[in-house]
Amino acid sequence: MSPLILLYAALAGGVGAGLRYLVDLGVARLVGTRYPWGVLVINLTGSFALGVVTGGFPAAAFIVGAGLLGGYTTFSTAMLDTVALWRDGSSRAAVFNAVGMLILGVLAAIAGLALGTALTG
Amino acid sequence: MTSPVPLRLALVVAGGVIGSAARLGLGLALPAPAGSGLGAVPWATLIANVVGAFLIGVLAARLPSSSGVRILLGTGVLGGFTTYSAFAVGSVALWHAQPWLAVAYAIGSLVLGLGAAALGLDLARPRSSHTQAHG
Repeated sequence: MSPLILLYAALAGGVGAGLRYLVDLGVARLVGTRYPWGVLVINLTGSFALGVVTGGFPAAAFIVGAGLLGGYTTFSTAMLDTVALWRDGSSRAAVFNAVGMLILGVLAAIAGLALGTALTG
Repeated sequence: MTSPVPLRLALVVAGGVIGSAARLGLGLALPAPAGSGLGAVPWATLIANVVGAFLIGVLAARLPSSSGVRILLGTGVLGGFTTYSAFAVGSVALWHAQPWLAVAYAIGSLVLGLGAAALGLDLARPRSSHTQAHG
């Protein structure tokens, strides 16, 4: 692993984080902010995309996968939102934000891996 | 005080570079998931996600979500440090080798992440409420 590749991947992570911020703003503008739909959309699309990269384009796995998509998706905000929803009394939304996102995220990853493998296999 | 969107976007990107570099560095420092048993668990992702969840709880207890520092450190650094995509794909990869370990990894990440975020929020909560109660 050359230091330059690590730098590119970290810069790609910054781009991913910026993309996450814009998608989150856009989704909030579309559907409001009562439930954090933006983070759900981001984590599901990112899990799907990482599946495609991992399954079909392993050469891009570090910069696009670990860098860009790692920076695009976020675990910490999803956890914080879940605790906040629970403490606000929105227990069903909290459970969905934790368990629902996990199940949908795993399904998105499986679908992405299958598509990536099919594209290049 | 809210800053304009282009400035906030720049803060998120700059923080995202730092957080991603830290996560990638952690991944390179720890052995890659391989083999059977606990060595197959993506430990670097698990550690980054749980530590990041704790730290974002600390930030949320101390700073309003609109503050520039919170956007730089929370949305930027910790958003880039933690990752959901590697968590989801890593769970699926682990499932193929060791299904029960994959279930433990997925549920364990959630339980530890939620506990860490709640702990960070509670430990860092300013004590002004106590002062108010006394005063």
